[in-house]
Amino acid sequence: MSAPDAPLKLTPLNAVHRKLGAKMVPFGGWDMPVQYSGILEEHKAVRGAAGMFDVSHMGEVEFRGPAALEAVQRLTSNDASRLQVGQVQYSALTTEAGTFVDDLTVYKFADDHYLVTVNASNIDKDFAWMRERTRGNVEVRNLSDETALIALQGPKAIEILQKLTPLDLSGIKYYWSARGKVLGYDAVASRTGYTGEDGFEVYLKPQQAPALWNALLEAGRPFGLLPCGLGARDTLRLEAKMALYGNDIDDKHTLLEADLAWILKLEKGEFIGKAPLAQQKAQGVKRKLVGFEMTGRGIARSHYKIVKNGQPIGEVTSGGPAPWLNKNIGLGYVAAEHSAIGTEFEVLIRDNPVAARVVQTPFYKRKR
Amino acid sequence: MYPADLKYTKEHEWIKMEGDRGRVGITHHAQHALGDVVFVELPKVGRRLKQMETFGAVESVKAVSDLYCPASGEVVEANTTLEGKPELVNKDCYGAGWMIVVKVADPKELNTLMDAKAYEAYLAAEGGH
Repeated sequence: MSAPDAPLKLTPLNAVHRKLGAKMVPFGGWDMPVQYSGILEEHKAVRGAAGMFDVSHMGEVEFRGPAALEAVQRLTSNDASRLQVGQVQYSALTTEAGTFVDDLTVYKFADDHYLVTVNASNIDKDFAWMRERTRGNVEVRNLSDETALIALQGPKAIEILQKLTPLDLSGIKYYWSARGKVLGYDAVASRTGYTGEDGFEVYLKPQQAPALWNALLEAGRPFGLLPCGLGARDTLRLEAKMALYGNDIDDKHTLLEADLAWILKLEKGEFIGKAPLAQQKAQGVKRKLVGFEMTGRGIARSHYKIVKNGQPIGEVTSGGPAPWLNKNIGLGYVAAEHSAIGTEFEVLIRDNPVAARVVQTPFYKRKR
Repeated sequence: MYPADLKYTKEHEWIKMEGDRGRVGITHHAQHALGDVVFVELPKVGRRLKQMETFGAVESVKAVSDLYCPASGEVVEANTTLEGKPELVNKDCYGAGWMIVVKVADPKELNTLMDAKAYEAYLAAEGGH
């Protein structure tokens, strides 16, 4: 995290956002658009048509060399050896305690070439962490400043992006990627995202980002594409129950407590944090991240207390309106005995207990 | 954007006197700064409020803001329509988006509030618009 008085960093699209009249806010040390036309409208555009996000603030770290796979395997909890060239994997950068340094996506570009994408506010921390714990014949490079990232999300994303690239996008499966030309520029098109919708994230050189942004805006207009800010990104990811580092996952909660057992592959070999996670898996967790919806009138927000029969049982980590579902939803850690689906508890909103119920997640799942 | 017949607080509420009653809401600046309003929490009729006491909250997608009563008095009406249509606060902040009506205990208190001109100057100084 940057010092509070450090100047905000700018993505290569900063001037474009300002020209479009976006409302800008500081986020993790960056000057970022929080909204353009309005969070609700942008949210609905992504679910119903398409939306476009500047996520160039995200970080990219490359592992190159014969020991690249070994390094990634040692640092992360998922099994990167299962990746084929072009495939992408959601994973965690784990502490010795089995908690999160960060969450990330891992790309395999070649047997000796992997790339991980990390959260903007964690770039310096993650890069130092990974470099210090990497040995052998592998070069670890921070490519964040030389990489721009545009996310095009929504059911119409594929049609819009296809107008600008000779890549056969329909041939790229979910959580796969391909290298090729986009608007004539060298790029990686990755069928991934943080919204719960189909879509692509396009990696390219910073100086080419404004041209691609404007071309996508133009190509997407007939489809109802809207530029979107971090506000809609947050409501979309919450409906899809995708974890936000700093809110739902952090260095205080383990992968198992965060309900992310699916990215924990204990059988893959040694990695940082394996022993405590193996032990916790055998013994069971004492607290767990659950999804809930408000059954009473009120909106849960992060850090609100969760109570049952007047006793504290947990805390909200993310909460807000779910614009597509017309409900108020949230995530929070509760004592394991209160984590079963259907469990009723209350969220303390301005000192008033308001009823909520644990529900199945994700809250929103797109039709495939 | 700031009607001349209203008085304004530094917390961006307005009050409009109708006889001995004052109708209360939030200003254009406040609703614009909040963005899409998705929830409004209002007091029950009969509650007695002191000037600048918190009487409820207004929430946008991302933000929660307390509401402050511009004048002391008893709540005689609350706009329950906002429960189902909070977006009225954005669409018509001086009309259908009103929040409460108070029976004003001491009209002299209104002298401590800003008129439209003073409020606009206050916004300009605050870096508003």
